[in-house]
Amino acid sequence: MALQTPLFRSHVALGAKMVEFAGWQMPLQYRDGVLKEHQVNRQGCSLFDCSHMGEFLIEGDPVACGLDRIVTQAIVAMPLFSCRYGMALNPSGGTLDDLIVYRLGKEKWMVVVNAANITSDRQHFLANLSSGTCFEDVSETTAKLDLQGPLSREVLVRLVPEAGQLAYYTCGEFSLLGERALISRTGYTGELGFELYYPAGKVQALWDEFLTDSRVRPTGLAVRDVLRIEMAYPLYGHELTGEISPVEAGLLAFVDWNKEFIGREALQERQRSDRRRIVHFVSASRRSPRQGHKIFSTEAEFVGEVVSGTFSPALNAGIGIGFVKKEFTEIGKNIIFGEAAGRESAVVTARPFYRRGSLKA
Amino acid sequence: MDIIEHYLYTKEHEWIDIDGKIGTVGITDYAQSALGDITYVELPTDGTDVEQFEQLTSIESVKSASDIFSPISGKIEEVNEELREDPALINRDCYEKGWIARILISDDDETSNLLTADEYRSYLESLDRNDPGESSDE
Repeated sequence: MALQTPLFRSHVALGAKMVEFAGWQMPLQYRDGVLKEHQVNRQGCSLFDCSHMGEFLIEGDPVACGLDRIVTQAIVAMPLFSCRYGMALNPSGGTLDDLIVYRLGKEKWMVVVNAANITSDRQHFLANLSSGTCFEDVSETTAKLDLQGPLSREVLVRLVPEAGQLAYYTCGEFSLLGERALISRTGYTGELGFELYYPAGKVQALWDEFLTDSRVRPTGLAVRDVLRIEMAYPLYGHELTGEISPVEAGLLAFVDWNKEFIGREALQERQRSDRRRIVHFVSASRRSPRQGHKIFSTEAEFVGEVVSGTFSPALNAGIGIGFVKKEFTEIGKNIIFGEAAGRESAVVTARPFYRRGSLKA
Repeated sequence: MDIIEHYLYTKEHEWIDIDGKIGTVGITDYAQSALGDITYVELPTDGTDVEQFEQLTSIESVKSASDIFSPISGKIEEVNEELREDPALINRDCYEKGWIARILISDDDETSNLLTADEYRSYLESLDRNDPGESSDE
C-alpha cells in the first residue's frame, strides 16, 4: 500500500487524480487540468505538496564528518543559510541521487533527497559518514510545500514578511503560523519560488492558509514534470540513474574537482570514455516526444533514446530530453524522434527550453 | 459522464454515430476526461482502409499518448481538419464538434460487436468499481 502525505485527504477533496509515485499516493493533477495549472505557475502562484521528499540532518565539520566526500558540490565554503545543488555518486561515477545541501549552521547541514531514493541514500550516507557523526533522517516528520510562481513572494510575505528578503538559493528559519519553518528560495519550476519545510503534523493548517489566498492554486505532479522539463532540470530515474554520470547528463557544473569525493576517479575517466551525451530538442510540431521513443539521424540511423518528453505549453510544441551519441548534440542539428510507426522531426536546442521565467526576479 | 443514447460504443471508449453507410467516429467523454488536455491529434488519411478494433489514429495529451481504435471496418471518407489547429475541441465537445473521422462502413454486421449506450454505461460502472487509475511515468 502506497504511503500518504499528511495532505492526502485535501488532495482528494480538491478533486485530484491520485497516482502512485515513488511509493507515495500523490496528486497528478487537480480538476482544472494540466494546462490551467501550467498557467497558474507561470503567471500566478502554484502550491505543490512535496512531503514525499526526503530530508537528512547532519552535524559536523563538513570534511571530518564525511559529508563533503559524499556530495559532488563544493560545500566547505558555503555561507550560512545558503543552499547548493549537486549529486552523490557511486564509485563507478554513476549517480546515486541528485540533492540539495543546506547549511543551517557552521556544523549543521540538511540534505534534501528524492523520495524514491530515501532508503538507499540513507544507507549510503550512514556507510560513508565518519562513525559517531550525528545523522538523522527526518523525512517522516518533515512536510514540504513548494510555493512557486511570479506572485509567490507576495503571497508568502503576507504570512512571513522577512522571507521576502531571501536571495536565490538561500534559506532561513522563520516563525510561520506559530511553528518553526525552514524556507528556501529554491524550486523546480523556473519561476520565483520557495520551498517550505514544516512539521508534518501541522502542515494541514499551512496548506489551508495558503489556499485561502485567491491567487494560489494547488498543482500536481503532472505539471511539475512539464515545468521542470521546460527548464531542462534533471529528474532522477530519467536524466540521472546509477549508470548515468554527470558527464553524460551535462551536470559537471555541479562537480567540484578541487576536492575528494566518492566516484571522482571514475568520473575523471568517464570524461574521456562516456560516448553518450544528453540532448535537448524541440519537435517541429505539437506532437511530443515520450520516454522510450527512439532518436534517429536524418539519415535514419538510430542514435539514442528519449528519457523525458512532454508537450510544452510555453513553446506550444513538443519538447524532449534524451541521450544520444556525442556527435548528435550540436545545437541546431536536425534529428528524428518517435516509435518506428510515427516519426517527427526536431531540432537540437540549448537548455533551458523556457527562458522567460521569474526565477531570479 | 455524458453518453449519447443513439450512438454505439467500444470498450476502448470510442463512439460511432451511424447514418446509412457512413459512421462518424470519436472518443467518449470518459476518454477525453481520462486523457486530460488534448494537445495533438494525428489525423488519419482520407481514403485509407481501416479494420474494426484496429488502430485508427493516436491522440496526445500533455503527458501521454493514446491509440484510438476504429469501431468499424471501412474506408476513411473524411477527417475533422479543425482538430489540427484546435485539438482541445475534443475536450470541449467530444460527441459533436470533436468528431475525428467519417468512415464508409464496409460491413453492417459488425455493429453487433459494439455496445449500446446502456451497455456502455454499465461497462463504465464496472470500471469505476475497479478503478483503472492513471499511470504517471514521472
